[in-house]
Amino acid sequence: MDFLTTLLQVAISPTTIAFALAAIGLNIHFGYTGLMNMGQAGFMLVGGYGFGISVAQGLGFWPALLISMLATTLFAILLGIPTLKLRGDYLAIVTISAAEIFRMIGKMAMLQNVTGGPTGLPGREFRTAFTGLSPLPDGQTTILGLTYLNNGIDDWWTRLAGGFLVILFIFITWLLIRSPWGRVLKGIREDEDAVRSLGKSAYSYKMQALIIGGIMGGFGGIFLSLPGSLHPDAMGRPTTFNLWIIVLLGGAATVFGPVLGALIFFITRILIITAANAFIPDSMLGAQQTEQFAWLLIGLALIFLVVFRPQGILGDKKELSFNV
Amino acid sequence: MSKDPNYPYDRQKLRETLNQLEQVPGVSKPDSILTVDNIERRFGGLNAVDVNHLEVQRGAITALIGPNGAGKTTFFNLITGFDQPSNAPSLFGSGDAKWSFNGRDLGKTAAAKVARAGMVRTFQLTKALSRMTVLDNMLIGANNQPGENLFVGLIHPLWKQRENENIEKAKELLVRFKLDEKINDMAGDLSGGQKKLLEMARALMSDPAMIMLDEPMAGVNPALTQSLLGHIQNLRDEGTTVLFVEHDMHMVRHISDWVVVMAQGKLIAEGLPEDVMKSQAVVDAYLGAHHDRDLGDDAALTTGIMTSIANEAELEAGRNNS
Repeated sequence: MDFLTTLLQVAISPTTIAFALAAIGLNIHFGYTGLMNMGQAGFMLVGGYGFGISVAQGLGFWPALLISMLATTLFAILLGIPTLKLRGDYLAIVTISAAEIFRMIGKMAMLQNVTGGPTGLPGREFRTAFTGLSPLPDGQTTILGLTYLNNGIDDWWTRLAGGFLVILFIFITWLLIRSPWGRVLKGIREDEDAVRSLGKSAYSYKMQALIIGGIMGGFGGIFLSLPGSLHPDAMGRPTTFNLWIIVLLGGAATVFGPVLGALIFFITRILIITAANAFIPDSMLGAQQTEQFAWLLIGLALIFLVVFRPQGILGDKKELSFNV
Repeated sequence: MSKDPNYPYDRQKLRETLNQLEQVPGVSKPDSILTVDNIERRFGGLNAVDVNHLEVQRGAITALIGPNGAGKTTFFNLITGFDQPSNAPSLFGSGDAKWSFNGRDLGKTAAAKVARAGMVRTFQLTKALSRMTVLDNMLIGANNQPGENLFVGLIHPLWKQRENENIEKAKELLVRFKLDEKINDMAGDLSGGQKKLLEMARALMSDPAMIMLDEPMAGVNPALTQSLLGHIQNLRDEGTTVLFVEHDMHMVRHISDWVVVMAQGKLIAEGLPEDVMKSQAVVDAYLGAHHDRDLGDDAALTTGIMTSIANEAELEAGRNNS
C-alpha cells in the first residue's frame, strides 16, 4: 500500500503536471505540425520568468499571467520569423540555442535583482499571488494516504489547478485538431509545398502552432517553479530532452499521449529507483547512483521504443511514427 | 464550377480561333488568361529560364514540351510563386520580370496566394499527404473553409455546414476519379497512379480557373492514362484552363489545343500540335541540328559540312559572349 501511495504521489506531483503541460505544447509543435522544437524548456523558462518576475515586481496574478503569455508569444515569434520559412532542422538549431541563451541570461549575476541570478527566483516571491486565488480553506487534507497543505508550499491547490489546466489543454488540443485548422497543420507536417500549392500560407500556420505550443510550455514553466523556486538550470537541455521522451513515449500526434507519457515517465523512474534501492545493496549502487542508473535505463527504454514501437503507446502507426 | 460568360465552352470554336494565329514564339492570343513578360531564372552561370513573352489562351489545353533540362518545371515554379525570378523587381536594382493571371499582377506573390487567385498546380513528384486519409487530402484542397482560421476552428457550428458541403463535393470528385472506395484509406497506401489522380482531384476542390499539371502521366500505366486524358479534357470543358508539362508526345498530340516548346530556358516554338512538332526548331532542339548525319563517318563528313558546323559553333559562341 505504501508503494502505491508513492506512485500516486509521483503521478500528481507538480513536476509531473508541469511536464505534462509542456509536453502537450510540444506535441502540437512536433506531433501535429512537424516542428522540431528543441527548446521547449526555453519556452517554459520564458513563461516562468514572465510570471515570476511580474509578481515579484508587484503585479497581480492575472496581469502577471498575461505578461507571461505575451512573453512566450514574443519568444515564439522571434524564433519563428527567421526559421519557419526554412527547412525544419534550422528551427531545431535556433530553438535549442535560444533556450540556452535565455537560460544563461537568466543566470547572469548582473540581473540578480530581477531574475535572482544564479540562485534563481525564490518561490515565496511569486507564489502568494497564486495561492491567494485558492478557494480551499486553510489546513491540511489527507486523500488516499497523501497529506499536503491545502494552500502553501507544495499544496493541494497547485495540484488541483494544474490538473484542471492539463484537462483544459487536452480539450483545447482536441478542439483544434478536429477542426479544419488542425487538418492544415497535419498537412504541413506531411508536405508543406503541397499545402502551399493548395492556397494555405504554411508560414502563418506554423507560426500559430509555435505560439500556441509555446504558451502551453510557458504554463508548464510556471507550475514547475511554483512549489520550489524558479531556477534557470531546472529548465535546461535535459528538460527539453525529457519532454521529447515523454511525447514519443505517449505517442506523438495523439491527444492523450503527452499526459500518459508524463505519467509513465515519472512513475517508471520512481519504480526503477525503488527497485534498485530494495534489491541492490548500497555497496554496489549508492542513493545518488541509483538516480543516475534510472536515467540510464530510461535512455535505454527510449532506444527500444523508437526501434520497436516508433508510434509510442497510444499512437497509430499509420498516422505517425518517429521518422525524423 | 464558376460559370464565366467569357469562357470558350465550345472547343471547336476555340480551335478555329487558335488556327488563325501566327505560329511564332510569343504570339499574342485573343483572350489570354496568363501573360508572362521577361522572366529569367539563373542558377549560377546557367540560365535555366529566359522567357521574353508568353500568353496562354483561356480555355485551351496548352502543352509545354521540351527536352530534359529545358526549364519547364522551373518555369512552373516561377509562375506559381514557388521560386522567384532572378530579375524580379526589388528594392535595389530594376527587375523587369512581370506576369499577370486573370488580370491580376502576380510578381512577388507567395505560392499560397497564387493558388487562392485561382491558379493551382500539381507536382512532378506527386505530393500526396501520406499519413492523412484520402478524404482529408481532398478537404484540405478546399479554399472556402472558414474553420481554417484558428479561432473559427474552435467553434464547431461555425464551420460544420461548409464542411459537410465540402465532403459532398469531395465524394463527387472522388467518384469521378474512381477513388471513392479508398476514401478512408491513408493516401500513402495508394498506388503511384492513384496518387496522381488524388492530387488532381484535390487541386479541383477549389474550382481553380487554371490548373497547371507537371507531368501528369509520368509513371502512370497505359490504362489509367486513357482515363486521365479524359479527365483533363473534361476539366477544360467545364471551365478550367489547363497548362501541362509532358514528355509523352502521343498524349500531347492527342489532347492539347496549343503547344509551347522550350529548350535551354527559351521559348523556341509555339503552335498547333500537328504543326509545331514538325518545325525545324523543335526537331533540332530534340535531336540536335545534325541528327541525320553520322559525324563518325569520315566519308560522309565533307569539308562543306565541317565548315558549316564550325561556323555555327562560332556563331553560337559569339551569341553567348555578347
